[in-house]
Parts: sequence; structure tokens; C-alpha cells
Amino acid sequence: MAVTLVFLGKLADLAGAPEREVPAPLDWPALVAAFPGPLGDALASDKVKLALNGSVLADKAALRAEDGDEVALLPPVSGG
Amino acid sequence: MKDVRLLETALAAETTLAQFGAAHPAAGGIASFLGKVRPDGGVEALELSHYDPLTLPGMDALADEALRRWPLDGVLIRHRVGVMAPGDPIVLVAAASRHRRAAIEAVDFTMDHLKSDAWFWKREKRAGIWSWIEPRGEDHADLARWK
Repeated sequence: MAVTLVFLGKLADLAGAPEREVPAPLDWPALVAAFPGPLGDALASDKVKLALNGSVLADKAALRAEDGDEVALLPPVSGG
Repeated sequence: MKDVRLLETALAAETTLAQFGAAHPAAGGIASFLGKVRPDGGVEALELSHYDPLTLPGMDALADEALRRWPLDGVLIRHRVGVMAPGDPIVLVAAASRHRRAAIEAVDFTMDHLKSDAWFWKREKRAGIWSWIEPRGEDHADLARWK
């Protein structure tokens, strides 16, 4: 029973891997709490956006991820 | 008509533009922009990463918006991902229209949005060390032109 987290850009470096699995269900406070230290601090930034199964969430606090869901953590884009 | 792709391998700009021109024989003009890895400041390589569920759909929506705003025969976007060397093409945007201004403005609009609003993350290698590139304020100012 897991949620797949996908880390983009520099968040992948901080996470040490492009993907991690965490137990479901998962909400936003639990996600941040799962990564104490620099990664958790970076995730807490207002500039980091979240996508649940390919849809960007307008409000990160609204995250409710269940088993099998994919949550992408999106730092500010650096342009094409 | 839109033609939007992400490329894992080299972007062949001249061939792509020739095909785009051939696909729009009735257009009075075609404007295009080719962006390359800037060969300066000791940059050895540039890597663009993306997120499949968002990046291409976002580029598709951008092409649709250009088609909605201007009377275009067609719009083309090609964007590289992966590792590139200085001088390599990163992005090609082209627009075909009956009159020039629509095509020129549509290319400008599409480039401004690709540079500041598309789902790409970029890092560069200097002296063997990779570092992530942060967003630039100018890119957001460029975007504000179209609000």
C-alpha cells in the first residue's frame, strides 16, 4: 500500500533518488514530515508545487493520495 | 494545426522547418525561432529534465493557445530533453500564417511561455560540476507582456 513520490529538478538531488515510495494514504503534512532536514525544508517552500496523477493541485494542503497514486514534487521551472 | 514534440535526440532544425513549410503551402509567411545552448562562461554541458504527465500536455495547451490567439495555418514546437553540448539546438518554434505579424507574434508568445512557464528543469556542468539553474526574473517579466 504505497504512494509513489516523483522528485523533479534539484529536489531529486536532495531526495537522493528520482522516486520514493511512502505508505498510503498520504496528505501534505505527512509528506513534509516524512522528510526531515533539507528536503523537507525545500518541500515546505511556497514555490514547490504538487501534481497528483498528472494534475497540478491549486492547494497543496488539499493533497489526499491513496494507494497507487503518483505525487510529483515540482520545484520552480528553470525555463526551456 | 499543431505539431508538438519532445525530442530525446538531436533536433534537426533545417529539415523540420522544410517539412513544416511543405505542410503549409498556402501560408504567406513562416516565422521561426531556434534556441541553442549558449557557448559561453565555461559551460561544458546542459541537461534538461521534464515530467512526462505534465510537460508535453503543457506544450500542447500552449500551441492551442497560440492557435486561438492568432489566425495561424499551423504552429510547430520541438523541444529537446536530455544532455546537450554548447551550440546544440534546444528548442524550435515556428508559425505559419497568411500575414507576417501573426506568425511573428505567435512565435514570440510561444517562446516566452516555453522559457518561463513550461515544465522543464535545467542544470549545467561547469568544471565537471553540475548545478541547477534557478528561474530568472526576466522570464517572468517577458510573460507579463502577454497578460
